[in-house]
Amino acid sequence: WPYCRKRCSYCNFNAYVVQAVDEAAVRTCLVREAQTLLRLSQVHSVTSVFFGGGTPSLASPRTVAAVLEAVAGAAHLPGGAEVTLEANPSSTITSRLAGFRAAGVNRLSIGVQSLNDAELRMLGRDHTAAEARKAVETARGLFPGRTSIDLLFGLPGQSLDAWAQRLEAALRFCDDHISLYQLTLERGTVLAAQVHRGALPAPSQDLLADMYQTAREVLVATGFRHYEVSNFARKGALSTHNLSYWCADEYIGVGPGAHGRFVLRGEGGCSREARVQTLEPIAWMREVQSQGHGTRSRVVLNPLEQLEELLTLGLRTDEGITHERWGHFSPHLSLQAVFGDPGEARALQQEGWLVLDSSGLRCTWAGLAVLDSLLPDLLWQLQR
Amino acid sequence: QEKLDMSTYPVESIRNFSIIAHVDHGKSTLADRLLEITGTISKTDRNKQVLDKLQVERERGITVKAQSASLFYNHEGINYLLNLIDTPGHVDFSYEVSRSLSACQGVLLVVDANEGIQAQTVANFYLAFEAQLSIIPVINKIDLKNADPERVEKQIEKLFDIPTDECVRISAKHGTNVEKVLQKVIEKIPPPQCNIADPLKALVFDSTFDHYRGVIANIALFGGEIAKGQKIVSAHTKKRYEVNEVGILTPNEQPTHKLYAGQVGYLIAGMKEVAEAQIGDTLFLYKQPVEPLPGFKSVKPMVFAGMYPVDQTEYNNLKSALERLTLNDSSVTVHRDSSLALGAGWRLGFLGLLHMEVFNQRLEQEYDMSVILTAPTVPYKAVLSSAKLIKEYGKDQITIINPAQFPDKFSVSEYLEPTVLGTIVTPHEYIGKIITLCQDRRAVQKDMLYIDENRVMLKYLFPLNEIVVDFYDVLKSLSSGYASFDYEDAGYQSADLIKMDILLNGNPVEELATIIHSDKAHAAGKLLCERLKETIPRQLFEIAIQAAIGKKIIARETLKPYRKNVVAKCYGGDITRRMKLLKRQAEGKRLMRKIGNVEVPRDAFIRVLRRETDK
Repeated sequence: WPYCRKRCSYCNFNAYVVQAVDEAAVRTCLVREAQTLLRLSQVHSVTSVFFGGGTPSLASPRTVAAVLEAVAGAAHLPGGAEVTLEANPSSTITSRLAGFRAAGVNRLSIGVQSLNDAELRMLGRDHTAAEARKAVETARGLFPGRTSIDLLFGLPGQSLDAWAQRLEAALRFCDDHISLYQLTLERGTVLAAQVHRGALPAPSQDLLADMYQTAREVLVATGFRHYEVSNFARKGALSTHNLSYWCADEYIGVGPGAHGRFVLRGEGGCSREARVQTLEPIAWMREVQSQGHGTRSRVVLNPLEQLEELLTLGLRTDEGITHERWGHFSPHLSLQAVFGDPGEARALQQEGWLVLDSSGLRCTWAGLAVLDSLLPDLLWQLQR
Repeated sequence: QEKLDMSTYPVESIRNFSIIAHVDHGKSTLADRLLEITGTISKTDRNKQVLDKLQVERERGITVKAQSASLFYNHEGINYLLNLIDTPGHVDFSYEVSRSLSACQGVLLVVDANEGIQAQTVANFYLAFEAQLSIIPVINKIDLKNADPERVEKQIEKLFDIPTDECVRISAKHGTNVEKVLQKVIEKIPPPQCNIADPLKALVFDSTFDHYRGVIANIALFGGEIAKGQKIVSAHTKKRYEVNEVGILTPNEQPTHKLYAGQVGYLIAGMKEVAEAQIGDTLFLYKQPVEPLPGFKSVKPMVFAGMYPVDQTEYNNLKSALERLTLNDSSVTVHRDSSLALGAGWRLGFLGLLHMEVFNQRLEQEYDMSVILTAPTVPYKAVLSSAKLIKEYGKDQITIINPAQFPDKFSVSEYLEPTVLGTIVTPHEYIGKIITLCQDRRAVQKDMLYIDENRVMLKYLFPLNEIVVDFYDVLKSLSSGYASFDYEDAGYQSADLIKMDILLNGNPVEELATIIHSDKAHAAGKLLCERLKETIPRQLFEIAIQAAIGKKIIARETLKPYRKNVVAKCYGGDITRRMKLLKRQAEGKRLMRKIGNVEVPRDAFIRVLRRETDK
């Protein structure tokens, strides 16, 4: 759902703020595209559905229901499949959550971002900390054990202590899943411009490292499992949907700007494609209406490219890449064959950043924090 | 086009003169006015620096290449031929100035009525004085509010011993009194002393390269005559040529039948490179050799800089651009050179910093090339004491222009550095700061005298390397622009030189090694380390950046390792973008220079080696 009520100061997503949305038209197109793409992929069973955006909680439960119905109609959607909705904790949300549950949502991801009103204002959010807390509590009532919150750290001017306090505050009422993101100042955003011209201070690299380290330690001590660079879960409440990205499973993106990775078996294809849907909603709708789907680009990924994605994504998780998973994409060249001999991976292992053993290839606790410094070497080794 | 007949101008009706002045005192503007008054060019508003043909000259307001123009003027019934030889107005080009002056019998010494005598006024005066030329002082810009011609005339009298009534007060901009200047030229400057009957003796005082016609040499005849078809010889190269064309410059080329003794013009004789028509050379007729004119000097570069293409794929383009540009500038010396970091390039020798900057600007403007200029170096020398090295080089004294060639102190009995004698003219309120600056640059004071109640002239002996980078700019800013500077070669002096290495985690970075005086090593080392710290990206381990002399560390900076470097979000849409970036980084790693285990991107070297002004 690409629409938002306002643009946050740090956001550079494919999101649109418009006066009025013809929800019926958008709904029809989402349904149509979902059906078309499912048919093209000939997927048997859908393991998870994720409603993202924009602000999906601005859509009506009716739209959510229609899409889920379409999915169930074109493929098998098991009763226990994870269906997540991203929600903004603004004032109106609490009353609508029940409606979403009725429509089929069974997991909620709330964009809390910060529990400090001044910080929320700097971020350009349209809710207060109190409203966020209320929303989380309501959500926990409706989706117990399946409510996640998003938090940002490394805000301009935020001290290590302030961050520690935010985290403590959040831990007091959060559920079993937290996504913790370091704020990235993207070019073209209001916040980046403010920092660039000196109106706001930029946090130092060392401070960000400290904040991340503190967060990891605190969360692990509180019983969370740090299962991906930015994602923490306890009592097994991992996000199935996101895990499928990091294992390089197949996924179909529906709606403006959505991304997908799947094989077009319906066209007789056998290669995994990287696909992106048309970004701009009006253009996307036109394409869906005339052709059944609005796919802006599709690129076949060759085996090397698929492995590169698997490597880059898999190493973000604590389990890393298992031998079986690697074998699925590379039946003839094992992890051991690529990374076992003396070379970059071996050197990184010796320095304590990486582990290659009988389970597979993964980062160590320290290595996960500097993964992007390890990847270029590994990619180069893989290419060779 | 009809060829002019120059025989109608006997020697007595000829005046060869030049205009000399300090920068911006109005030399070129006066030349513009003289050209207009004599009808050589039509009087329009657009006549500005007419003789400055190069774009860079017009932009910077300086004359780089000397031009000449022949003016015709009728005074009291007689048709006179006045040859105006424009000269480069900058320190770097004093040799060119002296050669142009040797073709003249007099000069107009232009002095700004407000600024008064400046360093180059003095330097140029002495050049003219030593050449025994008549000197006509011209006080310019009298139209400006702060003009004080009387004060300037007194300065001239005091410093140059020229009576005040010989000065002409003008405004070149408005043309005021400029006609009087022409009359003074005729009255006060003697005609050339030479004879048409003598064998040909011509001085080359400049040359340019034209793609269609070859080398065009500016010549002044000291005897005899020259015409198309004649066979001439260069005293310096001993090569023989046949004359294709002779003529005068008005200021464009106008062919004539002949040129006669005492006259100034140009010659085209099938020369292919300007090196064949070197400034100061003498030309004579085949089989009629003459005593070469004195004062010829082979080009001696004062400043060297490494020049590299920004990317090695541009190498060939830069090579041809350099070849074409040096066609027209024989005072640039070119040696091939290479650097581990920057690839294949050149080490170019220039007459001075301005020469180098102008050259670089011409490369950019006329050939659309951007290059990397490394820090300028000077030609150090070493007197070898090691028998092995002496044998290897074939002599016991070598010139070192690349730090990699620096022989260590055990093989050397003495190191030498080039020096210059610098003249600074400044208002007295800046003396203190300037003296401190000079002392800071290891200069030794040789003279200090008041040229009038307000201003002082200081003479200092400087090591050349202390002034090549930014001395002039610092001097200007210290003195709010009022101080002026000029210098001349003063030979070599003994110096305590060392080679400073830069180490990353103990491993030396060859391309950053520099030769430096031991007094300055610490400061330079510290600066280099700081700059490197800012340009090398952080890595997974700590990096020690050190400056060292032999085994001794003299400066150090530490680059701490990364503790977090992983992108926060990586879902659906982010993945493609992430892959692109990572793959680019993986590619980039292959191109990185690895010093030990430290990865240094190529542009880190560029940013560190680049001259300050290029940043």
